Amino acid sequence: MSRDLLAPLDPRTRLLGALALILAVLSLDGPAAGLLAVAAAFGLALAAGWRPAGLARRLVHVEGIMAALFLVLPFTTPGTTVLHLGPLTATSDGLLLALGLMLRVTASALIVLALLATVEPIRLGQALARLRTPVRLVQLLLLVLRYGALLRAELRRMREAARARGFRGGLSIHALRSFGWLAGMTLVRALERAERVEEGMRLRLWQGALPVAAPGRLGRADAAFGTGVLALALLAVIGIR
Amino acid sequence: MSAVLALDGVVLARGGSRVLDGADLRLERGERLALVGANGAGKTTLLRALVGLEKPTAGRVVAFGRPCADEPDFRTVRRRVGLLFQDPDDQLFCPTVQEDVAFGPLNLGETPKAAFATARATLDRLGLDHLAERITHRLSGGEKRLVALAGLLAMAPEVLLLDEPTNALDDANRARMLDLLAGLDATMLIVSHDRPALERLATRAVVLQGGRLEPAIIHRHPCPTPALHIHGLDDDHRHELETAARRA
Ligand SMILES: Nc1ncnc2c1ncn2[C@@H]1O[C@H](COP(=O)(O)OP(=O)(O)OP(=O)(O)O)[C@@H](O)[C@H]1O
Ligand SMILES: [Mg+2]
Repeated sequence: MSRDLLAPLDPRTRLLGALALILAVLSLDGPAAGLLAVAAAFGLALAAGWRPAGLARRLVHVEGIMAALFLVLPFTTPGTTVLHLGPLTATSDGLLLALGLMLRVTASALIVLALLATVEPIRLGQALARLRTPVRLVQLLLLVLRYGALLRAELRRMREAARARGFRGGLSIHALRSFGWLAGMTLVRALERAERVEEGMRLRLWQGALPVAAPGRLGRADAAFGTGVLALALLAVIGIR
Repeated sequence: MSAVLALDGVVLARGGSRVLDGADLRLERGERLALVGANGAGKTTLLRALVGLEKPTAGRVVAFGRPCADEPDFRTVRRRVGLLFQDPDDQLFCPTVQEDVAFGPLNLGETPKAAFATARATLDRLGLDHLAERITHRLSGGEKRLVALAGLLAMAPEVLLLDEPTNALDDANRARMLDLLAGLDATMLIVSHDRPALERLATRAVVLQGGRLEPAIIHRHPCPTPALHIHGLDDDHRHELETAARRA
């Protein structure tokens, strides 16, 4: 990644901005508007420091799902026939629908990559908390993020330890049994870890209340970005009429 | 005598065998007691018993002059006693460092604003202010340990129970940890295999062996073997201790 021009944005601005932009994009109609949205979102992603190659790699997954739409929609949407394939007929209406959908989904994916994928997931969780999302939900998300990382690290450590002693995987009885142990140990360790963490929390007098996120300030960058997003979203909505 | 924490004949089994078997301990106000013993001797178990995470099958735990038996008893103890875990990953669980350090003060009833100010001040005091915004699970092992200590100190405990505080620290951070602990007023019980650290910090030593605690001394023999070591009191050393006591 190169320089991220959007770095000063508060996670709250990112969340709300992404939401507004995606809603605006989804309300767009027709391939022309879709193309424009993709171009704009691409620009935003570049501003966020993404390299085109990195974007392409991540978009491949999205477009894979979209390819399925292209196989289905043209043949199932009623309208003017443009292509015969044995018993199937493809309609131009179906093609346009699929194209429009693909462009809008691509633009949305680019917006997510530009605004959300560039910050720590934990910061987004905290932003949700500050936007008054139900506390239990946020808590769950934060703990999953924190302990997901710990679990992954534990699994990785054990895998590395196995590999360091010459373990190669494969399908032998030895390998399968070792995988079983690995999975079992990860679970056991996770449970014990959870127990000790709970003890640690109790020692610091935790009694079921939830940890609070550090206060953050919204700055000028947030105001500027927010205004821009609002203007764009309005334009999109007016443009529909 | 006013021991801040004490064990009276505590018996505690873990995994089927008696880890503590009639352990007696008195931790006096203001002292820094070194607790040594072989791996698996039960040092961590003893610390856990002192804050009520392990329940003795016999004997009792006395904290601040009051016997403690159940969770509510120990809750009042935990306001005044901080336990630094052997593995800091068990202790840090908030997303960012400043939130983790603010966690204790919030539980003590401080307002969020005051708690974050306390957290900042504690981090400043430990020279860790640059870590405030960091994600806890992305810290190095040594950084985690220092942050975990900050989380305890933010609650201003009177007593610190430290389970291998200098473990996994590099020279610079180890020196920092030692300076820091040496500068605190708190009463301490220090479990460590780091002999030079104990020599610097501890005012007294006990050794855990066969489930019981025996007095021990930390010292260097005069030349030709100035290497520092700790052992129980055989007659020679008892004599040495008595001389030392007379001098003091
Ligand atoms: N969760 C557990 N379940 C069963 N037995 C345990 C458990 N944890 C520790 N033990 C056993 O209790 C005994 C004392 O362990 P403890 O962790 O207190 O030792 P320690 O003195 O702190 O050792 P070290 O110097 O290695 O940290 C050991 O024999 C250990 O095998
Ligand atoms: Mg231990």
